Amino acid sequence: MSDHQHEESHVIEYGNYIFIWLGLLAFTGITVTVSGINLGNWTIVIALFIACVKSWYVLNYFMHMKYEDIIFKVFIATALFTFFIFLGFTFWDYSFTR
Amino acid sequence: MSATDHAAVHHVHRDDYGSRMGMWLFLFTELILFGGLFIIYAVYRFVHQQEFHLAAQELNTTIGLINTIALLTSSMTAAMSITAMQKGNVRFSKALIWVTIGFAFVFMVNKYFEWGAKISHGIYPGSKDLLAKPEGEILYFGLYYVMTGLHTLHVIIGVIFFLFILRQIKQGKIASDRYVRLENSALYWHLVDLIWIFLFPLFYLIH
Amino acid sequence: MVTGALPNEKVEPSYLEVSTNKYKKGLLSWILSVDHKRIGVLYLYSMMAFFSVAVVFGFLIRLELIAPGKTIVEAQTYNQLFTLHGIIMIFLFIIPGLPAVFGNFFLPIMIGAKDVIFPRLNLMSWYMFVFGGLFAVVSMLLPGGSADTGWMFYVPYSVRTTTNVLPALIAAFILGFSSILTGLNFITTIHRMRHPDMSWFKMPLFVWSLYATAWIQVLATPIIGITLALVAIERTLGVGIFDPALGGDPVLYQHLFWIYSHPAVYIMILPAMGLVSEIIPVFTRRSIFGYKFIAFSSLAIAFFGSLVWAHHMFTAGMSDAAMFVFSFITFVLSIPSAIKVFNWISTMYKGSIQADPPFLYTLSFIFQFAIGGFTGLMLGALSVNIHLQDTSFVVAHFHYVMFGGTGFGIFAAMHYWMPKMFGRMYNLKVATWAWGIVTFGYNMLYMPLFVMGYLGMPRRYYDYLPEFQPYHVVSTVGSWILIVGLIIMFGNLWIGMRRGPKAPMNPWGGETLEWKVQTPPILENFHTVPDVHAGPYDYSKYEAKKETTK
Repeated sequence: MSDHQHEESHVIEYGNYIFIWLGLLAFTGITVTVSGINLGNWTIVIALFIACVKSWYVLNYFMHMKYEDIIFKVFIATALFTFFIFLGFTFWDYSFTR
Repeated sequence: MSATDHAAVHHVHRDDYGSRMGMWLFLFTELILFGGLFIIYAVYRFVHQQEFHLAAQELNTTIGLINTIALLTSSMTAAMSITAMQKGNVRFSKALIWVTIGFAFVFMVNKYFEWGAKISHGIYPGSKDLLAKPEGEILYFGLYYVMTGLHTLHVIIGVIFFLFILRQIKQGKIASDRYVRLENSALYWHLVDLIWIFLFPLFYLIH
Repeated sequence: MVTGALPNEKVEPSYLEVSTNKYKKGLLSWILSVDHKRIGVLYLYSMMAFFSVAVVFGFLIRLELIAPGKTIVEAQTYNQLFTLHGIIMIFLFIIPGLPAVFGNFFLPIMIGAKDVIFPRLNLMSWYMFVFGGLFAVVSMLLPGGSADTGWMFYVPYSVRTTTNVLPALIAAFILGFSSILTGLNFITTIHRMRHPDMSWFKMPLFVWSLYATAWIQVLATPIIGITLALVAIERTLGVGIFDPALGGDPVLYQHLFWIYSHPAVYIMILPAMGLVSEIIPVFTRRSIFGYKFIAFSSLAIAFFGSLVWAHHMFTAGMSDAAMFVFSFITFVLSIPSAIKVFNWISTMYKGSIQADPPFLYTLSFIFQFAIGGFTGLMLGALSVNIHLQDTSFVVAHFHYVMFGGTGFGIFAAMHYWMPKMFGRMYNLKVATWAWGIVTFGYNMLYMPLFVMGYLGMPRRYYDYLPEFQPYHVVSTVGSWILIVGLIIMFGNLWIGMRRGPKAPMNPWGGETLEWKVQTPPILENFHTVPDVHAGPYDYSKYEAKKETTK
C-alpha cells in the first residue's frame, strides 16, 4: 500500500492563516462582549455556539480537515457522535425526576 | 506516532497518510478524555446552575481572554510552520515553532499567576474557605482545577513535542519532503487550542 | 486429521529464529522486538502468567464459600481476593486476550500485510500492559493491603478506604492506555495495510470483529481513564468531584464507569465472536452463512453496546425515564447477537463436521454464550432486575458471557492457532478430554449460582444463610473439576508446543491467509502474497463434491 505515501500535499498560504486567525479573534471578541449582556439561559447557548464556530474553523483550516479524505471526516463524525451519545444519554437520567 | 525509521532489517514502511490517521485516532481519545470532564461539568452545572454562576464571577475574564489569544495565535504559528516546511524554508519554520513555544509559556505563566491568586484567596481543594462554600461552588472549583490543570498538562506535553521536533529538524529527520511528525505535533497543539476554546466560555464567561 | 494441508515449501527460518534487532537470541531479542508475531507471543506469556494468578484467587474465593462463616480467609482478605480476581481477569486477561495476543499475531497475516502499521507503538503498548500489571501486583504487596473495593472502584468507598486503591487505579489507567494504543494501531492497519486486492468484504470476520472492537477501545476507554484519574485525584488531593460529602454525585461516577465498562464487555466478546465465525466454516467445510450480516452485526453491537450502560444501575436511583430507555435498548442489543448465533448454526447445517478441539470449544462457546445472553435479557427487564440485582445470579450471568464466552473463545483460539504459531501439534485426544472436563467443571461451577441467586444469595458476601450451602458445595466442587481440566488443557498445550510432532502448514484445512504461509510464519509473513480473490471462506470445492455424491 506504499503507493499512497507521497500523495500531493496541500500548501496553505500564510495569508489564509492570518485571515482565519483574525476571524477567530473577532469571534472571541464577540463572545466576550455578549457574555456581558444578561440573556439568561441563552448566554451559555450563544457562548457554546460561537465556540463551535471557532472550532469549525480551527478544525478545517488549522488542522487541514478540509483537505483530507472523506474517511477522516467520517472518523471525526463518529467520534463526535459517540461523545454526544455519552453526554446526551447521561441526561436521560438527570433531566427527569429521580 | 510514525513508524518510519526503525531497524533496517525489518520492513521500512513509510506511510504519511497512515501516520496522520493514527494521530487523528489518538486525538479522538484525547477528545473523549476531556469529554468525560465535560459530561461531569454539564451534569453539575445542570444541577447547580446558580452556584456555578456565582462561582464563575471569581474568575478573571481578562486573564482568560489573554490566554485565549495566546493559544489562538500559537495555533496559527504552528500551522504556518508546516507551510514554511513545505516550501523548504526550514529556518522560518523553526522560528515559527519557537514562537509557538513562546506563546505556550505566556499561557503557562499566566495560568501560574491565576492559580496563585486563587490559592492566596484560600480557594483550593480541601481549603477551609472553599469547604465553607455551597456544594455547587465546591464542585465548580474542583472542576476548574482539574480541567484547567489537565489542559495545562497538555500544553506542557505539546511543548515537549515541539522541542522534540526542533531536535529532529536539526538532525535532518524532518525536512521539506518528510514532515509528517511536524504535522502531527501541530495537530496535537490545535487540539489543545480546541479544548481551550470550550473551556474559556464554560468557566470564564457564564456570569 | 490433516486434511487440506498443502505440502510445506522449502522451509525458511521462522520468526521464532529471526530477530529484528541486534540481539540475535535470548530475552532481549524478544522484549525489544517490533515483530507483530513476537509481540503477540509476549502478550500470550504475560497474559497467561496473570491469568494463573487470578485463577488461584478465584479458586480461593470458591473454597472460602464452601461453608458459611470463616473457612480459610478473613472477611477483609476475601474482599481483596474478589477485587484482585476481577481487576486481573478483566484488565489483564479478557480485554487483551484475543485482540492483543491473537489479533497481533494474525491480523496482519490475515489481511496480507507484513506487520501492523506502527510496530514500535505496538511494542510500547505491550510495555504498558506489563507496567500496568506490575502496579496491580504492587498494590498487593505494599503495606495497607490490596484494594478491597471490587473492580468497579465505586465511590465514595474507593475514596475513603485505607487500602492501596491508588496503585490499582494507576494500573487500570495504564492498562487502558495500552488497550487504546492497540486499538488505534489495528484501525489504522486495517485501513492502510490490507492487500490491495482485499476489499472490505473479503476480510476474514475475525478482522471485522477486531475492527469493531478497536473502535470501542479508542472511543470508550478514555472515559474510564479520566474517571479513574478523578478518583485518584479525589483520594490524594481532596478535590470534590464524586464524593457526596463535597456535593458530588456517586451515581454520576457509576454512569461514567459504565459508559466505558459496558462497551468494554463488547471489547471482550466481539473478538471471540469473530473467532467463532472463523472456526465454524473451517470445521464444517461450509462457506459462512450471512457473511455481511455477521460483519455488520459486529458494528451494530459496537454501536448499540455503547447505548446501554445504565442497565447496570437500575437500582442505583436513576430517573424512571432513564430506566425505561436503557432497558429498551438492552433488548434491542440482543438482536445483532442473535443474528450471529443463527448464522453460526446455519453454517453448520449440512456441513461435514469435524469435531476437533477448536470446534468443541466453539460449541461450548455457543451453548454458554446463549445462556449468558438470555439471562442478560432477564436482568435487562426492569421488574426482574430489582429482584436479581446484586445477587449471585448476576455473577453467573457475566461469567457465562465472559468466561463461558470469551474465555472459551480464547481456549478455542489457542487450540486453533497454536500449531501455526509454534509449529508443533498438541495431543488431540488429551485436548478433547480436557475440553470435556473444563466444560463440565465450568457449568457445574456457575450453574448453581443462577439458582441460589434467584433464591436470594447476594453477590460478594463473605457469609451466607445455611440453606444456600448445598449450592455452594456443588459450585466449589465444580471449581475443582474446572481447575483439573485447565491444568490438563494447558499442560497438553505446553507439552505440544515444546515436544509435539511438527505441525503441517494447514492442519485444519482453513482457507484464510494464515493457513497459506509457512508454519511457523517467516519474519515478514509472505514471500509473495497469495491470491485473495476467492474470499476467506471458499469451501465450494467441498460443497460441490457433496452435491455430486448425493
